[in-house]
Amino acid sequence: MARKPSDRRIIGTALRKIDAVAKVTGTTRFADDLAFPRMLYCKLLRATHPHARVVSIDASAARALDGVQAVLTGKDLPIPFGILPVSQDEHALCVDKVRFIGDPVAAVAATSEETATAALDRITVAYEPLRSFDSAEAAVANPEPRIHDYGDSGNLHKLIDLEFGDAAAGIAEGDVVREDLFFFEGNTHLPMEQHAAVAVWSPDGKLTLWSSTQTPHYVHRALAKVLELPPARVRVIATPNGGGFGGKSDPFNHEIAVAKLAMLTGRPVKITLTREEVFYCHRGRHPTLMWVRTGVKKSGAITGMHFRSLLDGGAYGSYGVASTYYTGALQTVTYNIPRYHFQGARAFTNKAPCGPKRGHGTPQPRFALEVHVDKIAEQLGLDPAELRLRTLVPPNSLTANYLRVGSMGLGRCIEKVIAGSEWKKRFRQLPEGRGVGLACSSYISGAGLPIYWNNMPHSGVQLKCDRSGGVTVFCGSTDIGQGSDSILAYIVAEILGIDPFDIAVVTADTDLTPVDLGSYSSRVTLMSGNAALQAAERARQILAVHAAKQLEVPVDRLQFADGRVFDGNDSKRGMSFADAVQAAEAAAGTVGTVGSYTPPRSAGRYRGAGVGPSPAYSYSACVAEVDVDPETGIVRVPTIWIAHDVGRSINAATVIGQVEGSIYMGLGEALMEEMAYRGNRNVVHKIPSLLEYKSPTTLEMCDVITYLVEDPDPNGPFGAKEVGQGPLLPVMPAVANAVYDAVGVRIDEVPITPEKVLKALRRKAKGEAGRVGPESFPDIPWPEPTRVPTPWEGGDGKAVEQVRA
Amino acid sequence: MLRLPSFRYLQPASLTEALRMKRDAGPDGMFVAGGTDLYPNMKRRHQEPRTVISLMGISDLRATEGRKDGTTVGSCLTLRDLSVLPAFRPYAAVATAARLVSTPLLRNMGTLGGNLCLDTRCNYYNQSYEWRKSIDFCMKKDGKICWVAPSSPRCWAVSSSDVAPVMVAIGAEYGLIGPHGERVVPAARFYNNDGINYLTKQTDEILVEVRLPASNGWDAVYHKLRRRGSFDFPVLGVAAWINWQSGAGSREPLVNDARIVLGGVASYPQEIAEAAAALRGKPLSDETIAAAAEAAYRPSKPMDNTDFDLSWRKQMTRVYVKRALEELRARHT
Ligand SMILES: Cc1cc2nc3c(=O)[nH]c(=O)nc-3n(C[C@H](O)[C@H](O)[C@H](O)COP(=O)(O)OP(=O)(O)OC[C@H]3O[C@@H](n4cnc5c(N)ncnc54)[C@H](O)[C@@H]3O)c2cc1C
Ligand code: SF4
Repeated sequence: MARKPSDRRIIGTALRKIDAVAKVTGTTRFADDLAFPRMLYCKLLRATHPHARVVSIDASAARALDGVQAVLTGKDLPIPFGILPVSQDEHALCVDKVRFIGDPVAAVAATSEETATAALDRITVAYEPLRSFDSAEAAVANPEPRIHDYGDSGNLHKLIDLEFGDAAAGIAEGDVVREDLFFFEGNTHLPMEQHAAVAVWSPDGKLTLWSSTQTPHYVHRALAKVLELPPARVRVIATPNGGGFGGKSDPFNHEIAVAKLAMLTGRPVKITLTREEVFYCHRGRHPTLMWVRTGVKKSGAITGMHFRSLLDGGAYGSYGVASTYYTGALQTVTYNIPRYHFQGARAFTNKAPCGPKRGHGTPQPRFALEVHVDKIAEQLGLDPAELRLRTLVPPNSLTANYLRVGSMGLGRCIEKVIAGSEWKKRFRQLPEGRGVGLACSSYISGAGLPIYWNNMPHSGVQLKCDRSGGVTVFCGSTDIGQGSDSILAYIVAEILGIDPFDIAVVTADTDLTPVDLGSYSSRVTLMSGNAALQAAERARQILAVHAAKQLEVPVDRLQFADGRVFDGNDSKRGMSFADAVQAAEAAAGTVGTVGSYTPPRSAGRYRGAGVGPSPAYSYSACVAEVDVDPETGIVRVPTIWIAHDVGRSINAATVIGQVEGSIYMGLGEALMEEMAYRGNRNVVHKIPSLLEYKSPTTLEMCDVITYLVEDPDPNGPFGAKEVGQGPLLPVMPAVANAVYDAVGVRIDEVPITPEKVLKALRRKAKGEAGRVGPESFPDIPWPEPTRVPTPWEGGDGKAVEQVRA
Repeated sequence: MLRLPSFRYLQPASLTEALRMKRDAGPDGMFVAGGTDLYPNMKRRHQEPRTVISLMGISDLRATEGRKDGTTVGSCLTLRDLSVLPAFRPYAAVATAARLVSTPLLRNMGTLGGNLCLDTRCNYYNQSYEWRKSIDFCMKKDGKICWVAPSSPRCWAVSSSDVAPVMVAIGAEYGLIGPHGERVVPAARFYNNDGINYLTKQTDEILVEVRLPASNGWDAVYHKLRRRGSFDFPVLGVAAWINWQSGAGSREPLVNDARIVLGGVASYPQEIAEAAAALRGKPLSDETIAAAAEAAYRPSKPMDNTDFDLSWRKQMTRVYVKRALEELRARHT
């Protein structure tokens, strides 16, 4: 008998995380806490040139140092790797070229960290410097020398041109046509835990790597490839991550280096990166220049949109191809855009590689879009909340670029924050210097496609019921602090009617757990949650059959709750959960089940349709209140109201935790965070430290008023959608729009620093446009567009062959 | 992790012992108090002492003593002590500056003496050895050129102490002891406008105490500009001191004497005499405040080596001097 939502005991309540006590008492063992007998310490020698040929490396003096056990250079690890099959462009140690300051060229294993560090000084590398590029514009302007010898054109890694319907004609139908330019500066994840990894090579020829990674499955594949080991002999265990945010989702050079050093020396080898080195791992937000042109009717209806983005990818591919597609994909899932043209380009530059950071490729276009919409509303004389409410994408619909929207709670989100913030009384009515701004967003609950092509499930769960009544859940998912281990326990506990704190959760170990693709793209609750749900329901079915026999009750009348299995009509007639397992085990043998999840097939069939589809989209709306000091330009944010459509919260406390954490991160991006490089000084990272890379402290954190909107999505476990990334997205544009409301200047780029605000105020005072932002978008050799007729033009999701007129 | 290199650690119990240890260690020896500046610097190989001599075991250095003409403060009092002890209540500007340093954890460790002797800062210099190697070092350590001003013969690293500008503004004096005996110097003469030789103190001298003047007839405030409300070094500090004219019959009180000292814009706490001149003998009206702020703005010449854009920092001088003087005016009425 399936229980009604009102009967649920665990789903929706605010339980503590299953590892909470270990975390707060400091007993959780992170990768750097691991120590093994005879362990060696690894240090990496990093490039001191941003772009140079490696002429020679002499490590003999390092090898001669007492305590040094091994030194590796590029030629010891010649096989390239990379997270995406299309960008296998990294080497564990640079082979013949270095591409940014921080690129590793040699690895030392020694008996102490101090010795390993001393050995680095004894390695001499001769470089032949090459011209370096410190911005996407420089890379566009200079196809030579190429940073990589692959890519779509010169120093352009990727060029995308997708057109859904005739966007130019659509735009021309607007009563108002508006064009804007925006820039979003790069920033980094800043997890509290620096990356660390330990490798052990066993005498029987097996490699084990413990690493603070979000994606043990992909690290497993990369290690097997580069080390040329059978995957069956490689075991990757993701240790609890002290924060990831996307910064630990790539296979990393240091992971491969310690593995190889362990194989060579036969001793365990550990590396813990310094904070500076974490800045070099990076894979953070791409600096992105954007241009958008939109046609709008007086009513507020959008008639067409043309969006361009230029991403500064840094030195390697990483997830960059996907990031580039993401800067164009999700514009269509919030406001109805009937015809849409997207052009995206990613450049290689001589800086730390960019990749996925919370929101992956979507905060930048979301910032542009939401500020653009704010300007359009003003131009039309409409309240920006009203304009948005009028143009919402309907639930259960297909967008122009073939994204299937299911549940859609954005309207309710907007209404919540409008009411909560008293928007109608404040917008354009606060005293000079104070203002409010609104912005909305949407995000995927897991990517519809895996990173490498395959048609297997994205997440798998095995469940073991022990005759003692104990239950163990095995899943490849990785807890990076977001609480995914707890979600597995809650879901299984709900279905089997047992205490979640009694459940053993074994995760993120490639020897023990079935594959889950990793903690990225907000996929884990939905995907591993569905897999766990399936496995638990199967176990319940087995137990119910045998319990029913013993209790002489029809199977469908049985209920599982409070550690018992009982007749729903007569709760005294029942048995303990352990007895139910014993009955099943006696009758049918060991009780174990599996569950797995594969996302629904996406509707788009064109090249590039793989990025954007998701089983479900989350929605958020946010109102930010700001105080702007007109003498200094300093912006403070006292309060943020945010509503998030999470479908259904499995645990309300962890959902609100993710919302608040997102706002905190968003404030940093909005106001101060910046991956700054000294272009004129060898392209060094300007400030690779926690002190000088400015991120908010608790004193800068605002008050947050959170509303959860619950409109269960049929594709989510119990209706749940994502919350880990979406609520970050509206923060930056909401702050920008609020600054305009407060002092009437437009800062069309983040971070919104006091320098920029003051400059805009000065310009405004002089009668010029009160704006700071980019002035132009460079000419880019766009390819012939892939033309895809929209669903309402009778399209079937495929591109058409068409000759440009 | 970035590791501290190995070194010998000594803990003398008296000043004589400390001086002897320093003599024995020679140029490879350094004094340390709270270590919140020296140890991070050693990790980045800015200072590479083989022997580190801690002053924290010398009880004389932690004493506070009231005198007829003021208060004497031991150099090893922590910044937390300075910000909360009742003895410093008359010295609100000192307590404010101490409270605005960094974070509670660092204030529990960091001392007054360490703060006044703080190494100058520059974001080409406060970087790891490997980072500095990538730009080929600079003249403050291991190199020949100044990356901030490549044609300059000198280093422009920034005096970043919060307490030092206040000490200069209120006219404190520092008591030193060295191999050649004791001496007392006015705070202003303790500092050099040079990023490398930023102190007039010899390396083998110990800063023993700070003599704060008696707290009558004057008032002082300290305003600090930084990115965040905690943790950050000043990119601009304004210490303003006013000696009000006593017994003036007029309704509007007049300024007898003033000192405006800027931190975070030069290699020393920079006293702006022109700003003080704009105030002397006048009331603190909006006009005189604006004139003083303008006078402070002109010579303020921050370089591109801290957080924030330099031209904005320069412009902020005007705003912060104005706000400091407005606070003094408000407190007097
Ligand atoms: C993250 C961070 C943020 C910070 N923020 C600020 C800030 O906002 N404002 C600020 O002013 N400072 C700041 N500091 C610097 C520092 O913490 C303080 O200035 C502190 O007061 C230094 O005192 P200390 O006792 O720890 O100095 P130490 O590190 O012990 O010494 C500093 C220097 O002074 C010398 N020295 C110390 N005491 C004596 C003495 N009695 N006689 C002779 N020489 C002596 C030492 O040899 C050394 O060269 C910050 C530091 C860090 C790491
Ligand atoms: S001011 Fe010049 S010499 Fe001094 S630390 Fe900075 S770069 Fe080096």
